[in-house]
Amino acid sequence: MALLKKFRQLADARTSLARVSEDPFRVTIERLVSPTEAIVNGRSVILAGTNNYLGLTFDPQCIEAAVDATREQGTGTTGSRMANGNFIGHLALEKELAEFYGRRWCDVFSTGYLANLGVISALAGHGDVILIDADCHASIYDGCRMSGAEIIRFRHNDTADLHKRLTRLGKRCPNTLIIAEGIYSMLGDRAALVEIAALKQEHGAYLLVDEAHSLGVLGERGRGRAEEAGVEDKVDFIVGTFSKSLGATGGFCVSDHPVMELIRYASRPYIFTASPCPSVIASTRAALRRLQAEPELRVKLWENAQRLFDWLKGLGFRLSPEPSPIIAVRFEQAEDTIAFWNGLLRQDVYVNMVLPPAAPDGGSLLRCSMSAAHTPDQIDRICQSFQSVKVALES
Amino acid sequence: MSHYEAILPKLYEILRPHGQNGQTLSEETELVADLDLDSLKVMELLLEVEEQFDISIPLNIVSDVRTIGDFARQIEQLLEPK
Repeated sequence: MALLKKFRQLADARTSLARVSEDPFRVTIERLVSPTEAIVNGRSVILAGTNNYLGLTFDPQCIEAAVDATREQGTGTTGSRMANGNFIGHLALEKELAEFYGRRWCDVFSTGYLANLGVISALAGHGDVILIDADCHASIYDGCRMSGAEIIRFRHNDTADLHKRLTRLGKRCPNTLIIAEGIYSMLGDRAALVEIAALKQEHGAYLLVDEAHSLGVLGERGRGRAEEAGVEDKVDFIVGTFSKSLGATGGFCVSDHPVMELIRYASRPYIFTASPCPSVIASTRAALRRLQAEPELRVKLWENAQRLFDWLKGLGFRLSPEPSPIIAVRFEQAEDTIAFWNGLLRQDVYVNMVLPPAAPDGGSLLRCSMSAAHTPDQIDRICQSFQSVKVALES
Repeated sequence: MSHYEAILPKLYEILRPHGQNGQTLSEETELVADLDLDSLKVMELLLEVEEQFDISIPLNIVSDVRTIGDFARQIEQLLEPK
């Protein structure tokens, strides 16, 4: 009993939630109709919380590539690249990602989570320091913990605080890795990368940027926040994922540092995981080609994001600090957030519910993510649903 | 007066608003069990202590801090010149 006692609190929280809400972790997608529409509880629901930024999950070229790869190479790799060898697609994707970013090296990982875990835990170790933005994703925190390095948080996007902490570190700065995200996953705000990169240069530290939510979203070529901010040459390591704009599963890190080739031998999350299956690699390669060939997808995504942001702002909601494909609608009370989320689902709109302690500042929010595949009509229906749920709950 | 003894009153001052009305704080007071600090409040507290003592507190040490006395000893170590 003692071993399992720790789950009591979690069970109580879930029971309390179940009294007033559909369980957000048990929403079942019965059938997908398109990148932005699914059948849930037998009803057609608009998906506005899937991170499917470019809407490529149903792209015919990506699907064909995945199907062909499965027929030719089978359903899985059944082991690690260290043990079972590289599939030719792994190497091709690494080369294509390195070329896309104009970097010398690329390592592909089986998930975005593992990319952060694998890279951070290999780069830093005992005696090193990692300075992370307080709002960084859990995969970054977990990678830091696994590294054994000293982990120091700086206030979210507060470059004065980062400067102060680098100054305190003094001669330890060359042993310091700074970590920020291109776009932060909860509020959708951008990293202050120009200033962060300048501080990294000034103090002689290293900089890793996670572009999970900014790949395909920001920058002239879609390379992310570092490209948009014009500081790519100052970013030592860029981590990204295939599970958002590229519509699959997996992760990567690109860099000009030759250690990237050695990380393969030093990274447990790389070594001891089955490598990505052929279909995933093939659809990701096709999606990367689409991302580069069709910048208009990015334009459409931003038009959609701006449309939703403006409309929700006009309705008086407290929103994320800036328009972005991630739009957070913020609430003071968790109860209001739960009621609102359920109201939206009843109106056939699915967004993400984020409750304490997952949301920044201890608040609660409904997180919407826009896609290039959303139609203007779908966005209008999302906004109308927000409006009618607001009226119903306030009356 | 040792560093440790000088740190304690400052810590009490920072922690007092987190305690119940009239709660007496001591070196043995437990941050989570007695002051009912959740993970978010602990993070806020860290920021406050960092400002007050002009130090950066590694997250790694948080799991070793149970009481106010533990916290003061960790701050003492962080204040030592390296």
